[in-house]
Amino acid sequence: MRIACPHCGPRDVQEFSYLGDAKPQRPDGMDATEAAMADYVHQRDNPAGSHRELWYHGAGCHAWLVVTRDTRTHAIAAVETMAQARAGAPA
Amino acid sequence: MSASTQPFRRDDGGLIDRNRPLSFRFDDRAYQGFDGDTLASALLANGIRLVGRSFKYHRPRGILSAGAEEPNALVELRSGARREPNTRATVTELFEGLEALSQNRWPSLAFDLLSVNSLLGPALQAGFYYKTFMWPASFWEKLYEPLIRRAAGLGRAAGLEDPDHYEKAFAFCDVLVIGGGPAGIAAALAAGRSGARVILCDEDGRFGGRLLAERREIDGQPAAVWLSAALAELASLPDVTIMPRSTVFGVYDHGVYGVVERVSDHLAVPPPHQPRQRSWRITARRAVLAAGAIERPIVFAGNDTPGVMLAGAVRSYLNRFGVLPGREAVVFTAGDDGWTTARDLAAAGVRVAAVVDPRSGIDPALTGLAGRIGARIITGAVAAAAGGRALRAVTVREASGREESIACDLLAVSNGWNPTLHLTSHQNTRPVWDEAIHAFVPGTMPVGLSVAGSAAGRFSLAEALADGARLGREAAADIGFDSAAEPATPITDPEGVALSPVWRVKGGKGKAFVDFQNDVTDADIELAAREGFKPVEHLKRYTTLGMATDQGKTSNIAGLAIMAEQTGQTIPQTGTTIFRPPYTPVAIGALAGHHRGRDFRPTRMSPTHSWSQRQGAVFIEAGAWMRAQYYPRPGETDWLTSVNREVLAVRNGVGLCDVSTLGKIDIQGADAADFLERVYCNGFKALQVGKARYGLMLREDGFVMDDGTTSRLGETHFLMTTTTANAGKVMQHLEFCHQVLWPRLDVRMVSVSEHWAQAAIAGPKARAVLQGVVDAEHDISNEAFPYLAARAVTVGGGIPARLFRISFSGELAYELAVPAGYGEAMMDAVMAAGSAHGITPYGTEALGVMRIEKGHVAGNELSGQTTARDLGLGKMMSSKKDYLGRLMARREALVEAERPCLIGFRPVDPAQRLRAGAHFIGIGKPATMQHDEGYMTSVAYSPVLGHWIGLGLLKNGPQRIGERIRAVDPVREGDVEIEICSPVFVDPEGTRLHG
Repeated sequence: MRIACPHCGPRDVQEFSYLGDAKPQRPDGMDATEAAMADYVHQRDNPAGSHRELWYHGAGCHAWLVVTRDTRTHAIAAVETMAQARAGAPA
Repeated sequence: MSASTQPFRRDDGGLIDRNRPLSFRFDDRAYQGFDGDTLASALLANGIRLVGRSFKYHRPRGILSAGAEEPNALVELRSGARREPNTRATVTELFEGLEALSQNRWPSLAFDLLSVNSLLGPALQAGFYYKTFMWPASFWEKLYEPLIRRAAGLGRAAGLEDPDHYEKAFAFCDVLVIGGGPAGIAAALAAGRSGARVILCDEDGRFGGRLLAERREIDGQPAAVWLSAALAELASLPDVTIMPRSTVFGVYDHGVYGVVERVSDHLAVPPPHQPRQRSWRITARRAVLAAGAIERPIVFAGNDTPGVMLAGAVRSYLNRFGVLPGREAVVFTAGDDGWTTARDLAAAGVRVAAVVDPRSGIDPALTGLAGRIGARIITGAVAAAAGGRALRAVTVREASGREESIACDLLAVSNGWNPTLHLTSHQNTRPVWDEAIHAFVPGTMPVGLSVAGSAAGRFSLAEALADGARLGREAAADIGFDSAAEPATPITDPEGVALSPVWRVKGGKGKAFVDFQNDVTDADIELAAREGFKPVEHLKRYTTLGMATDQGKTSNIAGLAIMAEQTGQTIPQTGTTIFRPPYTPVAIGALAGHHRGRDFRPTRMSPTHSWSQRQGAVFIEAGAWMRAQYYPRPGETDWLTSVNREVLAVRNGVGLCDVSTLGKIDIQGADAADFLERVYCNGFKALQVGKARYGLMLREDGFVMDDGTTSRLGETHFLMTTTTANAGKVMQHLEFCHQVLWPRLDVRMVSVSEHWAQAAIAGPKARAVLQGVVDAEHDISNEAFPYLAARAVTVGGGIPARLFRISFSGELAYELAVPAGYGEAMMDAVMAAGSAHGITPYGTEALGVMRIEKGHVAGNELSGQTTARDLGLGKMMSSKKDYLGRLMARREALVEAERPCLIGFRPVDPAQRLRAGAHFIGIGKPATMQHDEGYMTSVAYSPVLGHWIGLGLLKNGPQRIGERIRAVDPVREGDVEIEICSPVFVDPEGTRLHG
């Protein structure tokens, strides 16, 4: 696989490490219920199809990236920095 | 050297150099071939037909093909440590001194005792091992499997370390062209002329593909003229790279191709400083697959007899290698293509007794040929081949049913070609059946790949040249390389591609093979059908069809066709199998490259490594690091003596230990303190500038992740240390916390682990030693530089350094850090200043003993399954702030009273040794899971106390001090009575720390 890092250009997947679903948002630990935090920590969708997921460019710029990948074909539709992902994210 | 010692060598013609004879050995007899030969062509030139014995039945086998698909002619190549089993003679280029042995025969190739297996046929049929060797189960491992393994199997591995080396390489191009036949060359030319960066790979040592084996014309001239002009032009294009002996074996996501280049396989030994093979990862924006096609055998009785050969391979041996594969030939063809073989055989002086073709209405141009070469035309089929070790005759059955025997020593078989489409299905897409050409053709293509010529099922030379030129041009244009008007596609001589395939001829006497390499017969497939193993995936696994090293290149289609016939379905209804990488076998060595033995992964060395070497250190691997474990002195014969001495030297005087491997992360920014508040479970906001604090980091799920000290070097500047093992992981984690969780915090971080050399100076005399190292203007008295002070200082007259008063040993201790380049000088300076105080270097072993004596947790306790509370550090978890893991650490299961918690242990009998990993069991209770109360995590011999001590996780541990229990270690037959005690064994008041 190749991931087009917005900072470094297209790079081999060996330079990156995978974390998983980019969707869960961490609740504030002082306000959240244990159940809400447990959902954030453990519950993940596992779609067959388009998936927004977090990758870390550890052998490059150290950026955490949001990669939109089709889990069936590995086709990558978009690679965004966190800032780009936040700017484009629905409110 | 004349050809006279090669009785089957033609007098002239072919792409061999008769002026460069090469001697070689096969089964301990000497032969000669020529430069340009393969081992297979050289064997045939010498009249050697019998090359090996088959896998299961030990049937005599010869040479079927002239390419990578060869299932039969497998040999052990080379000798000694370079011996390589299952090497295909058809793709082994001949070199001077080549040695090859036939495989799978005993005592000799001609007389093989195990060919008796052939008579045991019924016992060895499909699925035999599932049926025959079922009972009793224990016999499988001890009796059946070793017996089967000895009788079956192919070549022997060398069993010695490979003396050659291999390397990995990377390349990038605009257009990758896979296959150097007419289609591939046309594609590379078209793309190359546009200015695109092109790589052209072919598995062969010579470019040209089938053109090398055929007598064809292009633009009214022999094809060789076109070929040499095309290759010359490719060589002249600056951005075209030609890679011979390079097999593209896999297609991976996003245009990544795996290629193995056989740099030195065509030589006796690799030249100096050259690898044997090189594995490439080529990233291509576009690719054109022009891998050609593989000819198909026909299934009939005795079709594995040496002398039965694919018709296209016969042409390769005749035309490319100047070899006569026989003297009396019969051609059995189901299409026009076989007639070309009859023509070429006759042209080479081989008598063609008959052309057997079951079709009616054959092109008169072909039938006319038979008359000219004096061959009979028989409308019918070959029902059987006979001869055992060498073909003697074939039984021909006419359409009327009349049978006759025709003497011959060569049977050329032609049943059409299968596109070499393997790479197109590496992305999990299936080939589709094309009824017009009776073959599977590529289905959905991997992104960026197109397929030209025979590989697309377009078998004529004209189509190959046209496809290649068009697709090469399109691939380049697609990514912005436009070329001037393309020259007209060359004109080729006429050729016939009509075909009506014959999958098998029934009724002959003897076994009819579908898969030669795995000895799968048509009867095996019928059996699978009768027993219900009809879906193709079941068929494959039940019969092992297509599962040998050739992956069924010549057998899968016939297998499917026979199953289709059994079930009354069509071939596409029966299915096909998806091909997976690699296309042909790839040596593990090529994939590993230089990553083997000591170089399997990089070795990291501390900046003080050579100092430790000079001190005589014994090193131990800690992750990728080499760390000094202990420093034996003359007369010390066991490690424990050395370690005890080092521990006592620190406790009673002063010691020096390298701690450079700890992770170090520099954290700066207006919100740096706030950031640390969130990643550590304990407070950092109140930490004063110039002070260090122990920090504990949890994962979001509530378990401990890592620990270390973090110092505040300035209002907005912190230096975090991590454990050696987790340095990279913590860095990634902090970047996650900042970029993903809290992007608004003004903080930046960078790893400085390798920028600083750091050493611990520990023991009651540590300050006295350091006063001789740190420049005099820095006051490091107890008052000016108290416990947990952390400040920049200078050493050696102005060299910047950092000094931390932190202690892992429980003694008065400091850690001194200097820029890495000064590391060795620092160690020497500390040793010089400490010599009057008897300073002693100590290693990780003594460090470990002292931390256990103090009850400090380390890697053994930070196992990813322990909480702060489990480790006795529950009070560190702040209740006033949010931090990672806060809520999850409060989950019921993580706070239940019975959870094993950290506590200390000592043996009731002080002479007894403790073992880490031992489980705690109550006295008098059986050592079973129900009575398991926890386990020992760390043990050490304490020279201060004079007995073994241990740390461990025990249910209700802290409430049970004074109680006795057992440490049971069934693996090492240990069952020791122990007393539960405080985990702090030495100086529990901590007075030494503050001394």
